[in-house]
Amino acid sequence: MLSRVAERVYWLARYVERAENTARMVMSFHLVALDMPKSVPLTWKNLVAVTGKEDIFEEHYQREDERNCVKFLLADHYNPSSVSSSLKSARENVRTTRDLVPSEAWEIVNELYLFARDNLDSGLGKRGRYQFLTEVVQRCQTLTGLLAGCMSHDPAYDFIRLGRNLERADMTSRQIDAGALRLLKRPEGDAAGPYEGLLWTGILRSQSGFQMYRQHVKRRINGVDVVRFLLQDIPFPRAVAHSLDYVRGAIERLPRNEVPLRLALQARRHVLKAEVDQLIDDDRLHDFIDALQQEIAGLHGAIVDTWFALDRAA
Amino acid sequence: MSIDWKSYDPSPFYDELIAAPGKPRPVARKLMEYLSSLDDRELQVRKQAADHAILEMGISFTVYSEGENIDRAWPFDIVPRVIPKREWEGVQAGLVQRLTALNLFIDDVYNDQRIFRDKVLPKYVLNKSRNFREQCRGIRPPHGVWAHICGSDLVRDRDGTLYVLEDNLRVPSGVSYMLENREVTKRVFPEVFENSSILPVDEYPTQLFDMLAAISPRPQDYPEIAVLTPGIFNSAYFEHSFLAQRMGAELVEGADLVVGDDDCVYMRTIEGLERVDVIYRRIDDDFMDPEEFNPDSLLGVPGLMRAWRNGKVGLANAPGSGVADDKVIYAYVPAMIRYYLDQEPVIPNVPTYLCVNEKDQAYVLDHLDELVVKPANESGGYGMLVGPQASKKQRTEFAQLIKKDPRNYIAQPTLNLSVAPTLCDESLEPRHLDLRPFVLQGVRTDVTAGGLTRVAMRKGSLVVNSSQGGGSKDTWIVDEED
Repeated sequence: MLSRVAERVYWLARYVERAENTARMVMSFHLVALDMPKSVPLTWKNLVAVTGKEDIFEEHYQREDERNCVKFLLADHYNPSSVSSSLKSARENVRTTRDLVPSEAWEIVNELYLFARDNLDSGLGKRGRYQFLTEVVQRCQTLTGLLAGCMSHDPAYDFIRLGRNLERADMTSRQIDAGALRLLKRPEGDAAGPYEGLLWTGILRSQSGFQMYRQHVKRRINGVDVVRFLLQDIPFPRAVAHSLDYVRGAIERLPRNEVPLRLALQARRHVLKAEVDQLIDDDRLHDFIDALQQEIAGLHGAIVDTWFALDRAA
Repeated sequence: MSIDWKSYDPSPFYDELIAAPGKPRPVARKLMEYLSSLDDRELQVRKQAADHAILEMGISFTVYSEGENIDRAWPFDIVPRVIPKREWEGVQAGLVQRLTALNLFIDDVYNDQRIFRDKVLPKYVLNKSRNFREQCRGIRPPHGVWAHICGSDLVRDRDGTLYVLEDNLRVPSGVSYMLENREVTKRVFPEVFENSSILPVDEYPTQLFDMLAAISPRPQDYPEIAVLTPGIFNSAYFEHSFLAQRMGAELVEGADLVVGDDDCVYMRTIEGLERVDVIYRRIDDDFMDPEEFNPDSLLGVPGLMRAWRNGKVGLANAPGSGVADDKVIYAYVPAMIRYYLDQEPVIPNVPTYLCVNEKDQAYVLDHLDELVVKPANESGGYGMLVGPQASKKQRTEFAQLIKKDPRNYIAQPTLNLSVAPTLCDESLEPRHLDLRPFVLQGVRTDVTAGGLTRVAMRKGSLVVNSSQGGGSKDTWIVDEED
């Protein structure tokens, strides 16, 4: 398989997953915000912080209000991670690999891109937001289902799985971090206390994890258990450990995989053996997630070096 | 109401299917009877089935418009064009003869240049040839073949004579549409295939693969073959990807390839660097290797010429083949056939005036309203003047162009291109067409059974290029003796 083609399907999967996760995040925050009493200030800027693009945001906006943050996350073309930008990049990547993926994949991505472009306004306003975001998430899932069900599970598919799961691990860990920042390091006198459960529920919901948490954890919603669930629950497909498990599985089937495989196994081990309650008690969760994200970035670098970047002459 | 062939009148042109109103040519009799059995509604149903098949099979070509590349569905007419097998055998022999002579010529141009010394061709044509490559001097590719894939355009005049209009020796395209047209027609008119003996066309990808494998520098069972495309924005990208898939070859872009210090060509793959034996390149010479040709090209592969020159990779067509793809040199092909093969040409050339000759130029300038003037090195129907249809202003402009650069212009009489019944809106009407057969030359030479028939969909138009509103038809070579 050509390196160029492998890189394109890998990024196709990453961008689609990024669009889906960003849409999920905005939706859950939107719903939480509607539940919160006026006296509890919600900072939309936290969502921008989750995506790690605060610097770009600050270059373009003075006010950190809902309107600007949502616009930044959904629409802005100068935010390379906005839903719009992600879908545009996904479309370019599938466009140039149309021979490889089922032809419906191109149609789904192209129509999704056009849908998002033509309906952005309803996503920005409060009234149409829920519907817009639901539609984006559903169409992303349609693509995932199509590829899983109709594409040969060949190396190209392994690169798609690799991209999707690495992106998912990254996004979920960012959300845990944001939740922790907001809730676990609460300054004295913060009024959010009684609403903590509501916020954690929101985070679970953004990952479609509320019901699964209920079924499998069987305890009332609390920070430690939610972090543990989203970080370490192997059966839950949006948990970091699960995603890294799939990353490992995809890497195992690819050639010349020593370095990426070692890094993937290492990241997975670190996630599974983390003692979440200790990390929270010692106020070290943020540092832990920081280190985890560096591991994920390092793994991406190893994937690029191993399979995509072959600039060294023979 | 079914088709009334008596009201279909192709005169004054030669019709491929009809000898006279109401009277089909013998080779088209079964097809015409069948078409007559369909009523208008049924004919429309078949047309819709064809349109649907084209969409479903994803047969498209790319046009650049409004700042974006758009994939258009391939324009296709359901009424096939039919040629008797006996006539076609003569055409095939003529095409083999022609490409053999052309390859002997190219090899001669880059080596001994006997043909100039013997004064069969004036040397000046070379000095001003835009596609002559000094870098190819002294090279002898395997089997002495430079142009492995040739698409020659054939046209039929009013009296029924077939002429070669031009030879495309650089990167001729269209063969994928020939194959797809047949697939579509089999879906639309399966009944006719049952009752007549129509030669199949689908061997082409296998023949292409075998020809490419035969120029591999490493004789082995599984040569690594790649189709080199300029990329998705190229108008023929569909074909590049189609041929790669049908041959089981890798579809690569310039950036996928690298030439090593050992002069071998490698693909960048997830397994590491993999050696490539043969490249079917669909990129013009100019863009192929920035080290030797256009240094700004991002499409090519630095060092590709070096690899080829040192025999480490097979290239089809060989760089420099385009030297014979020049309309001035075209005029000398009959002379070439006599010179190299000591044979009379089987298929005649269209009479051609070379503006570089004073006498010819004077004639051309005097008869611009009757002639078609073409630049020597363009393809795709660009930059030409169709005298009888041009305005006075256009003719004056062309007269100046000719005087400024006579070597770059040739002129030919306006042929009365043959027509065939074509489904236009509701009824069948005569439309002009040509034919592009494809010839493969390696150790052996293969000619497609038929080729790509291109049809000018606009009434009275002679321009068949798909980039300029042309359509296409399936081409049947029918064995009447069966």
